[in-house]
Amino acid sequence: MAWRMSTRTPASVAAGLMAVVLVGGAVVLPAYASFELLGELSILLTMLVLAQFWNLLAHHAGLVSLGQQAFVGIGAYGLFAAVIAYRLDPLPAILVGGASALVLAIPVAVLALRLGSVQFAIGTWVFAEAVRLGVTQWNAAGGGADLSLPLEAREGMLGADWVGATFDVEAAAARDILVYWSALALAVLTVGFVYRLLRTSGGLGMTAARVDLVTAQSVGVRPARMRWMVFLAAAFGTGVAGALIFLQGARVAPDTAFDMVQWTICVIFIVVIGGLGTIEGPILGVLAFYFLQRALVGYGDWLLAVLSVLAIAFMLFAPRGLWGIVHAATGLQLFPTRRRLVRNRGEVPPKKAAGN
Amino acid sequence: MIWVETVMQGVTLGGLYALFAAGLYLVLGVMRLANLAHGAFIVLAAYVILLLASLLEIGPLLAALIAAPALFAAGWLLQRLLLNRLLGEDILPPLLVTLGLSIVIQTGLEKGLSAQSRRISPGPLETATVEVGPAVVSLLPLLSLGSAVLVVLVLQWVALRTATGRALRAISDDPATASMVGISPPRLLAGVTGVSLVVATIAALHAGTLAEFQPASGTAYLIIAFEAVLIGGLGSPWGALAGGIVLGVAQTAGAALDPEWEVLAGHVAFLAVLLVRPRGLFPRASG
Repeated sequence: MAWRMSTRTPASVAAGLMAVVLVGGAVVLPAYASFELLGELSILLTMLVLAQFWNLLAHHAGLVSLGQQAFVGIGAYGLFAAVIAYRLDPLPAILVGGASALVLAIPVAVLALRLGSVQFAIGTWVFAEAVRLGVTQWNAAGGGADLSLPLEAREGMLGADWVGATFDVEAAAARDILVYWSALALAVLTVGFVYRLLRTSGGLGMTAARVDLVTAQSVGVRPARMRWMVFLAAAFGTGVAGALIFLQGARVAPDTAFDMVQWTICVIFIVVIGGLGTIEGPILGVLAFYFLQRALVGYGDWLLAVLSVLAIAFMLFAPRGLWGIVHAATGLQLFPTRRRLVRNRGEVPPKKAAGN
Repeated sequence: MIWVETVMQGVTLGGLYALFAAGLYLVLGVMRLANLAHGAFIVLAAYVILLLASLLEIGPLLAALIAAPALFAAGWLLQRLLLNRLLGEDILPPLLVTLGLSIVIQTGLEKGLSAQSRRISPGPLETATVEVGPAVVSLLPLLSLGSAVLVVLVLQWVALRTATGRALRAISDDPATASMVGISPPRLLAGVTGVSLVVATIAALHAGTLAEFQPASGTAYLIIAFEAVLIGGLGSPWGALAGGIVLGVAQTAGAALDPEWEVLAGHVAFLAVLLVRPRGLFPRASG
């Protein structure tokens, strides 16, 4: 066989190598960085996870959700319940948070996945509001008041001793390092998962179905199963992110855990500014968010308004976002999903047979 | 006979919700535009009425009459300059832009006028009541139900009996073909959004006199407006009224059981209707 299918480009190979270096650097970063920076990076990495999943849902699966805060919140409460009621170690309890979100996502999916797009957006929002109100009134969950993680659970976190000894830091700092590593692992796994999914035929078919359902169906694409899978995966990842965010703060309340502005609206603006429909977009968007936040220190209540104005401007004048501008100027693609035929290495191009 | 009063209260509350919904129904029905800024515009209109009434020392009704053309112009410009460029198969671009707009309006009101709760004084009407059968109902909620019925009747009449309504139904069914036979969607659609904000002004007059509001109230208005429209379905403006009443009755019934369940009961009713009838009680024949 002289030809094979590939999505690889020179830029993507370089990007892959650079990603390995970057992630490697990020893993050993706690030895050099201040704890303030680590805390900020943890938040940004979890925001990146939320943004990747929202983009996957909205752009590729055509599922515009306004209710992702339900999964952030239930992920946080899942973790707190596992740690407080069942004395689980906080680190494995992060996965309980993800699992709680996954379980919650099943009834949402049953109800919402057969709806039209407007009904889906509003339905997910109302569902999230109903869950928030339910948790607020549920006495076992604090009845609307704050819940705190017990100190001994936080200090005795799995691996905290080892981290404390290795980096020569106190217990609280060791916990922050563990949370940072978990956030890093989650972000890397999320980007890897989304990239892998978008290169499978199922993933490509799903995106095609969003653009033109009838044509996609006529060539055999059946998006329904993929959309189920993507919705549940996004709920799980969002739940894990929620668990991590509130593990870092060690305190949770319904209004912050189920905050639509923070966990859905902000995330939507990040995706729009960075660039809808790409993996690079949300990464750039989160970076833009970080620098905006720094630039607006002291004017915190303007941040959201500035984000909205930027998002409106991008939607009108550059609907592909920051990454769209970079891509148009350079042709660069770090996570290419387009399949191309390439010649196998070392083989001589076949000559045109004469007289045939 | 407590439940009779509960239902009556729910129905009149539903009238207010139908007013929230009617303006939204218009843009969603004609151009499939999910205007996430509709709630913020209702709050904006309420502040305009409040300011006009206190600056000019006039009654709220007169203030609303002055505010309405201004809101019409705002809607007209919004559609002409912004939203017309974003309409298409994909609901995402207009949805994102109106989401951003709602945040901008809310922040602007908070920064310009403070986040404090305000109320439009209804004057002597505040304590007026009327007897309806066995129940005694206060007049203000009843007036909002009357306004809602009136708005729905007007919308229905325009849609079915006028040339403009015929053109709008054509655009709603198939914008490309409609423009081929000489209907000019950009200007008509600008008018539709303008009228939708006039309806928002009527909603603001009632919401602002019935209860306190603040810049952040837009979110609560918006979720109720969408719930009512989607319960009702996009087939008829009567759907918005029906949806509003379903929500209002669910909320007052929930509150009768436990005051904390009021809002939750409305959400549960919405989700239940969507489970049984995904396209609402009065769905469109097609699309």
